[in-house]
This record gives sequence, structure tokens and C-alpha cells, in this order.
Amino acid sequence: MTKRDLPALSIIELRDFLRRREISPSETLQALEERINAVDPEIGAYLVHDFATAMSEAKKADVSLPLGGIPIAIKDLINVEGQQCSCASKILRGYCAPYSATVIEKLRGHGAIPFGRMNMDEFAMGSSTENSSVQVTRNPWDLSRVPGGSSGGSAAAVAADIAFGALGTDTGGSIRQPAALSGIVGFKPSYGRVSRFGLIAFASSLDQIGPLTKTVHDSALLMNAISGHDSHDSTSLNVAVPDHTRNLGRDLKGIRIGLPKEYMIEGVDPAVKSAVMAAVKQLGELGAEIIEVSLPHTDYAISVYYILATAEASANLARFDGVRYGHRAENVSSLFDHYARTRAEGFGAEVKRRIILGTYVLSSGYYDAYYLRAQKVRELIRQDFVRVFEKVEALVSPTSPSPAFKLGEKMTDPLQMYLADIFTNAANLAGICGISVPCGFVQSKNGKKLPIGLQLLGKALDEARILQIAHAYEQSTDWHKARPAIEPIAA
Amino acid sequence: MASELDVAYVAQLARLQLTAEETELFQKQLGDVLKYAEKLKEVNAEGVDAAAHAVPIFNVFRADEPCDWFTATEALSNASRQANNLFIVTKVVE
Repeated sequence: MTKRDLPALSIIELRDFLRRREISPSETLQALEERINAVDPEIGAYLVHDFATAMSEAKKADVSLPLGGIPIAIKDLINVEGQQCSCASKILRGYCAPYSATVIEKLRGHGAIPFGRMNMDEFAMGSSTENSSVQVTRNPWDLSRVPGGSSGGSAAAVAADIAFGALGTDTGGSIRQPAALSGIVGFKPSYGRVSRFGLIAFASSLDQIGPLTKTVHDSALLMNAISGHDSHDSTSLNVAVPDHTRNLGRDLKGIRIGLPKEYMIEGVDPAVKSAVMAAVKQLGELGAEIIEVSLPHTDYAISVYYILATAEASANLARFDGVRYGHRAENVSSLFDHYARTRAEGFGAEVKRRIILGTYVLSSGYYDAYYLRAQKVRELIRQDFVRVFEKVEALVSPTSPSPAFKLGEKMTDPLQMYLADIFTNAANLAGICGISVPCGFVQSKNGKKLPIGLQLLGKALDEARILQIAHAYEQSTDWHKARPAIEPIAA
Repeated sequence: MASELDVAYVAQLARLQLTAEETELFQKQLGDVLKYAEKLKEVNAEGVDAAAHAVPIFNVFRADEPCDWFTATEALSNASRQANNLFIVTKVVE
């Protein structure tokens, strides 16, 4: 292996090289930095990365630890003490985190080096990373297309071999969807499995931090590092954490996988549908029993999601008033003017739209019709999953109804953008776990290969089983081995 | 339901100054979203408990032990305006 090939390694492969002392953490970081400098100008995944600080950590790294000396890229809404944490928003431009999130402390405890702040949709609101106030991130498979979102910087970096692995967050699909569109693995843990302390909140009852990686095994390793109870997060579950790698390599005999009939909808790209059906067949050949199941309230998930998520967001984002941190309007005429202009100048269009919607559904006279009703339907959606998981161990579906779309294609129609979350929203509402793994490619009109993602959902806290199924599928295919050839954009 | 949304009024509640163009655009776009969400009216949700969380946990306590936290300097480190170890706010009382 040459130094040039080093950034293409998976976390496991890199770990083995480091442990055998064939390469050092400093050499690893140096090679990664060189690749970032060569490739990221085309991709735009990194907002900033502090090479000098990471190098001083690399020099002290203990490679005997599970992630010793391995750089992990961090979505720009998870606090790392001393680094910027801007949520890709103008309102937090220049914000320097005064403490580290629990997941960061845990990563460091496992020897990893948090390296780089990854682009995202502003405050994680979006499905394309186009809502970043800072820069565009391009899909490494086709630079004219989006990488998905909101964890688009994290996903594109892993896909382009400019990160070995990354942390993102998933509120309605923001890990799984960009993983699918970028051709990598993205894992959303069950609600409460991973501490949210130090994560800047979007929708607190839905947000979870999770890994984006090149392989399922790498996701399991990162899950081992970041999972577990945290007394700083009252919603983190005080339950034992299994070894997420324990089932990897087991076959699928005796495992029942459900195919929800409500997910066989019109509007799914035919190539996506055929790739997913081929994957379902493959899962059957690997020993799983495929059963058609029903999730009767599926059709309501997007409505419920956009009411609850925006309601929670409008409350969470009320803290941005320009006093304690963040942008502050100048020459204000009154306190109201101070708030209204600070927020007008600091937030982008999608964030404003969601604050308005969330404020409306919580406002007097509309609370019962929208917010309360959505909470009730959320419970019905949750019960759908509880019932179906009595019959099957996992559910299978496309992650996204279409492959990566063109930059700008959906920016003028928010409802169309929201509808792209159809397969991912419900898992957050129900608090269950899910993964996206590569399951094929569709050829675009300009001859580019665009990745397709297969989603597997599992019941709450059954992460190890979902990783087992995803791993068995992945290892029986070559999809995860494909790499994009990154070409400069034609002038 | 959808037609009742008054973006200009809600923006006041949300302490968000919108331009005339933004108000008009959001009125249309959020009108579409609310129209789509009307399908929730079809669901019979009578007697269903409202779920604030997918994993209901209540009364979470931890030991009330003092520990080191931010110093005043650290707490003020991201403030745009400060003096005498305090945040400067805009005048609240006329």
C-alpha cells in the first residue's frame, strides 16, 4: 500500500495497519490532509479542519485503543471544545464551542481524533445540504448533483475518501438519505441509545447522532464507541450496550424480514425499485424469510413529521436571540426589533420557513388541530411498528425514492423536498433504529453511476441484529467496494 | 385549515422580521404544506394518547452534586457584547 492509497482504507483496515505499526497516526493524518487538499475543492465537504491540532493529538495517539489514532469527521452541529460549531448558519458564524459533546468525549476515550467540521443543511433542516449558509457540497459520483442531506458533508467526505468515517445526525433521515445518495453506509441508532448532550438541537424528540462509514463493520465499531447512558441527557436510556460487532458474520437463517406493502408506492424511481427488489431476493438467498407486512399509517408519517419537527424546532431555535452567543443585529430601536432583526439576519430561508410553520402549529387555536393531532397519529405510527416487529426482525425498503437529484432541482418547492423523506421519517417518529447500505447503481443520462441505498429498519435497541443483516447483505455484494472517479467540473 | 395561516402575524409571534417577498412566498409554500397535512383529519385518533416521545421516560434524576462548570469568562466567550463580566442586553423596560 502506498501513502496515496491510505485514505481509501476502511476504519478496520486502517486500524490493523496502525496496530501492526506499518503506518503511524501522524502519517495517516498527513495522507488524509493531502487528499483533502487535492479533492475537497471539488466536493466542498469540509467547512474547516484544524490540521495542527489534530496532528498534536495524532502524535500522542494510543493505537491499542479500539479507534486509536483514527481521524473521524464531525458534522458541524456537534460541539468539540475549542472548535467552531456553526450548524452551517450565519447566526452561529464564529461560534467557538466551550465544551465537548458526550459523543466526542467517548470517541476520544476510544482513541479517535475528531477532525474537521462537516457541511450540512443549516440546523440540519434539509435533504440536500443546499441549505448551508456557507457552501455547496457536491456528490462525489456526479458533481452536478447533491450529496443528500442534512449530513451531506459527512456523507460526501466518506464517499470521496477524504474521511475514514464521520458522525452525523438523523432527525428524519439525515444520516440514511445522504448515505444512500452518496453510496456509503449510514446508521441511525434507536432514540436514546446515543447521548445528545452537546448536540445543538433541531427536534429533540427525533434527533439521534450516528455514524456514516464505508462499511457496516465500521458503523458497528463507531456505535460501540458512542453508545451508552449519559446522566447529562435525560432522554438517554440507562440500558446495557451490547457489542455491536457481536453478530457480524452470522448468517440470516431464521431471520424474518418484512416488506411493507405501503412502501410499494408510485413515484419510486424504477431503477431504485428493481435494485431494492434484487436486494430483497438476495436477502432471501442468504437464508432470510421474506414476509409481506403492513404499516397502515405510513401515508401520514410525512405530515406528522413536519408538524412535530417544526414545532420542536421553533421552540429550540427560540434561544438564538443574539445576546449570549451568535449574530446580533446592530442599531436596534427596541427589544422586539433586536430579536426580530437578529433572527432575520441570522437564519436562512428554510429555517425561517420551519420556524413559521412550527410556531403556527403550536399557536393558540391551532394547537389541537395540528400539534396534538400529530402527536396522536405519531403514537399510531409507533404502534404499527411495535405490531409488525412481533412478526419480523427487520423491515426492508428503499432509503430514498430516487437517486441523487441535481443541485437546485428541488430548492423552489419545499413540499417536494419534504416528500423525499417518505421512507425515513417514520423510524424517527417511532424511535427505532435503521441503516442504509449500498445496493446498486442507476445510470444517469450523462453516463454517471448514481448509488442506490437499501434501508433496513429494526426494533428499538435491536441495533446488533440490524447490523448483522446489513453486514450479511453487504458482504454478499460488491456495491460497497465501488468508488467514484472524481473529475473536475467542466468550466 | 390551511387558508387560516397568516404568515405576517405568526412571524411576529416568532420574533422574526420577514420581507414582503418572504411573507408572500412562505404564505404560498406553507399553504401547500398545510394542505398536504390536512390528510391527518382522515385518521381516527379518538382515545389515542398523544406521544411527545417515542420512548416515554419520566422523572429522570441524577445526584445533585456540585461540580466545576463554566467560569464567567468562558460563559461570556461567545457574547457579542459584554461588560463587567455580564451580558449586555437591549433595554427591556422603557
